[in-house]
Amino acid sequence: MLRQILAVTGINIRAIPQRWTSSLVIVIGLAGVVAVFTALLAMAGGFENTLRATGRNDAAIVMRGGSDAELNSVLDRASDDLIEQAAGIRTGTDGRPEASAEMMIIAELMRKDDARPGVSGANVTVRGVEPAGFALRPQLKIVAGRTFTPGLRELIVGSGLVRQFQGTGVGQTVRMRGTDWTIVGIFAAGDSHDSEMWTDINVARTTFNRTGSSSVLVALEGPDGLDRLKASLAGDPRLTVDVVRERDYFIGQTRQFRQNIGVLAGVVTIIMGLGAAFAALNSMYAAVAARGKEIATLRALGFGGAPVAVSVLIESLLLALIGGVLGALVAYLLFNDLTVSTMGQSFTQVVFDFKVTPQLVQRGLVIAVVIGMVGGLLPAVRAARLPVTTGLREL
Amino acid sequence: MTKTGFVIANLFRKRTRTILTLLSVTMAFLLFGLLQSVNYLFSAGADALGATRLMTQARVSFTQSLPLSMVPKLESVPGVARVAYSQWFGGIWQDNTPVFVFSVDPARYHDVYPEYVMPEAQWREFARTRTAMVAGRQIADKYGWKVGQHIPISSNIYPQKNGSKAWAFDLVGIFDGKDEDWKKRTNQVLINHDYFDEANQFVKGRTNFYILRLTDADKAQSVIRTVDAMFENSLDETKTQTEKEFNLSFVKQLGDIGLIVRWILFAVFFTLLLVVGNTMAQSVRERIPELAVLKTLGFSDGAVLGFVIAEAFALCALGGLVGLVLASLAGAALEKGTGGQFALHLSGWVWLLGLITIVLMSLAVGLLPGLRAQRLRIVDALAGR
Amino acid sequence: MSESMVQVTNVTKIYERGTQQVEVLHGLTLQIPRGDFVALMGPSGSGKTTLLNLIGGLDQPTSGEVWVGGSRIDRMPSGQLAAWRARNVGFVFQFYNLIPVLTAEGNVELPLLLTKLSAAQRRKNAAVALQVVGLADRAGHKPSELSGGQEQRVAIARALVSDPQILVCDEPTGDLDRKTADDILGLLQVLNRDHGKTIVMVTHDPKAAEFARRTLHLEKGQLLEQSAA
Ligand SMILES: Nc1ncnc2c1ncn2[C@@H]1O[C@H](COP(=O)(O)OP(=O)(O)OP(=O)(O)O)[C@@H](O)[C@H]1O
Ligand SMILES: [Mg+2]
Repeated sequence: MLRQILAVTGINIRAIPQRWTSSLVIVIGLAGVVAVFTALLAMAGGFENTLRATGRNDAAIVMRGGSDAELNSVLDRASDDLIEQAAGIRTGTDGRPEASAEMMIIAELMRKDDARPGVSGANVTVRGVEPAGFALRPQLKIVAGRTFTPGLRELIVGSGLVRQFQGTGVGQTVRMRGTDWTIVGIFAAGDSHDSEMWTDINVARTTFNRTGSSSVLVALEGPDGLDRLKASLAGDPRLTVDVVRERDYFIGQTRQFRQNIGVLAGVVTIIMGLGAAFAALNSMYAAVAARGKEIATLRALGFGGAPVAVSVLIESLLLALIGGVLGALVAYLLFNDLTVSTMGQSFTQVVFDFKVTPQLVQRGLVIAVVIGMVGGLLPAVRAARLPVTTGLREL
Repeated sequence: MTKTGFVIANLFRKRTRTILTLLSVTMAFLLFGLLQSVNYLFSAGADALGATRLMTQARVSFTQSLPLSMVPKLESVPGVARVAYSQWFGGIWQDNTPVFVFSVDPARYHDVYPEYVMPEAQWREFARTRTAMVAGRQIADKYGWKVGQHIPISSNIYPQKNGSKAWAFDLVGIFDGKDEDWKKRTNQVLINHDYFDEANQFVKGRTNFYILRLTDADKAQSVIRTVDAMFENSLDETKTQTEKEFNLSFVKQLGDIGLIVRWILFAVFFTLLLVVGNTMAQSVRERIPELAVLKTLGFSDGAVLGFVIAEAFALCALGGLVGLVLASLAGAALEKGTGGQFALHLSGWVWLLGLITIVLMSLAVGLLPGLRAQRLRIVDALAGR
Repeated sequence: MSESMVQVTNVTKIYERGTQQVEVLHGLTLQIPRGDFVALMGPSGSGKTTLLNLIGGLDQPTSGEVWVGGSRIDRMPSGQLAAWRARNVGFVFQFYNLIPVLTAEGNVELPLLLTKLSAAQRRKNAAVALQVVGLADRAGHKPSELSGGQEQRVAIARALVSDPQILVCDEPTGDLDRKTADDILGLLQVLNRDHGKTIVMVTHDPKAAEFARRTLHLEKGQLLEQSAA
């Protein structure tokens, strides 16, 4: 049996060059499906990685109750002070609670690829931070220039922004509220902060005519830090705030995007996959038809129906797999590490890289194999059922 | 029998092959219809907007507010007929559903947006009642709101003076659009700015947007320049755009998504070209003697080319139209399913693009085999050479 | 049989096979009067099909003149030649060459698509042609549902339907048994006698040639003596 299958498959595969165009249809069809699938999920994955890397487990973000996002949250100065004095917060090296009141402002920058400059840009986050803001993000390093001087209208810019937006080099200026802000440095954190501009919160407060902040980021003390913090803040009647572990906050921000891209990838893959399956069916039927006489001869020589069917299936799977690998390769070459930006939860741009991971490639190949199976099955059955006599008469 | 009949008969000479190819084409155009509609959804509706209105926002970004003291200054600009303003409220319906709620001056808003129709009595009621709200037809239908109801809506930004973010308003009217385009833009709620201004804890005398209605559209560029120059170098620098530009700027925030949609479509059609092209080439290859017979009977070389192209066109058109219709149905179902929130209907523009694609595809896949058929020498073909 | 239907004068046909040149017809001259029925015989490779294709306007000579039905066709541009064929020549092949996706009626109607006839008129003419070949009852059948003899009758009806002056047949009975062949040849005879069609028929079968008025023998690209049937 096995020997029969091998023999028949060998004959089939050697015949592929003679009908290479229809074989190519299967290969290219599946390459397309797998490339698109992999690329879309590589995008979702890249976005998620960036935000997932951002939050720490031992830090919490405090916002006004019911705000959902930093952008919506407004805390007054008194609340800032109360929050920073709450229980459960770790003490920093300077002996003060490790907490940073931060203000989120949105500014507009022009993308580098924007053909019509000056009309409308994309929103980016400007974050006003207290000195503890740096201690709370030890991953953040200045990679060019220096950090901003407190009290001056100076900005440091995330490396992601520098890649995607115009006018973000050291020494250039950004205009906000009628004044010019000088960019004095570039930082890299390897997470979503790379899509932000940072400045001193006190300068931001005076410029934007606000007194408090958007949120307070605090380092948690010990494993029960979050619970103690929550209890402490809930117990204060002067405050209505929500407390979220920093990591959960950022992961929560990916939900919407993940959902959207998930739906897009699902719909596109299903429709494209169906199209490719029809094309594969077509090619395999044609292959069986073209070999009708040969199959009949084999059958007349005493080969069973099953080896013939299995050989057709193997051919289809093989072509599909080649297509899948090709598609994954194309997705990898074209999209891996491609930097793009899109709107995050808070209306501002998040810069991130596509990530084509082995797991994604694996899933793509599974899809290819399934489609190859679908495309090969019916023609395989037809090949096995082909009556020997009609087959011999054909051609 | 007719020429069309002949083309169709040839098309179905290998039934399985043709049907499978048609299904591939259908899938491609289904995807094309859906993705182009998404693209269109993002890029527009803006077509319905003329240039008779301008939007003025803070130059930093629209999340920054501007003082209401600007109203008289804006009104004094030559070419500006009427000024309205609108403040983002951050509305939340029930537990967690964001809704578009804007706080506006009712009389000004009514003057600036004549496209929204509601009985005058209700407009007056809206202006008179401090806690009033009016809702667009779409959103009112979606949540089953009736005039006279007291509707709880909270804000994820603005607390009331007592610190609570739970607000509630009296629904005094439901407005609709004057035509199909505007009927689709009735997914928002308006509340009375006087009340909001006084009852909220954070902002006083400020707004996110000004909407300037022009005396005529030609004045747009000069008004934009005058307004932005007027506030230059102040704390409240402005950015003024036409309403259309303003809408498009929201799309821009999606960044590179449009690019990705284009990549997908490229992949889809590249693949499709190969699939249909292969079918056509096969079909011509196995029909060479028949094509020679046609020429023998007196059909010219051009006529034979025409038959092959017509066949390719029939294949693309049949599959393509079915795909576009399916996309329409899917879009309509989606629109219904989301209560009109995600209005993914296939616009005329997408149809047009689809038809153009069908024609181009037909030529692309029909031309090579067609030329082969055209060049065919009868004597050789009949002898099987 | 006064006026000549076909006048081939000093025709040479050279095929190029790669760099090699094969001269198939050498200065051949032939005249066929209107209303004649000529059988063309000769060994395989002698150039019968080549000559027939020249007369039918499917191919053109390397040199020499070909006049058919009063038109000179040896230098006619291909588009004009196609239109000329549609009006003046009917073809019958050894392997029938029907269009498999069309019914008998559709096949017969096909050449009429090149005329200005209305759809109703086309149907009527096709029906008449099928009647002439005795296949009116099989109008709705596809070629795959017909016997070889019936297929050839359909092919003859297709050749007749646009009322050409001349029928050109290349081994029309080569693939048929004696009885069926005789039926077909009888039909050609009727067409020649009663409908006045000029017929040129290539055949390898001396019995078939007997149905013609006379037989021409072709050997190595040249005509031998003429013999009356
Ligand atoms: N297109 C061509 N190219 C090259 N040689 C050709 C071509 N057509 C015909 N020939 C050659 O011309 C010669 C005559 O061919 P033709 O088909 O006229 O013979 P025939 O008399 O009809 O033979 P048969 O009885 O076998 O049909 C043959 O040697 C053939 O190989
Ligand atoms: Mg011959």
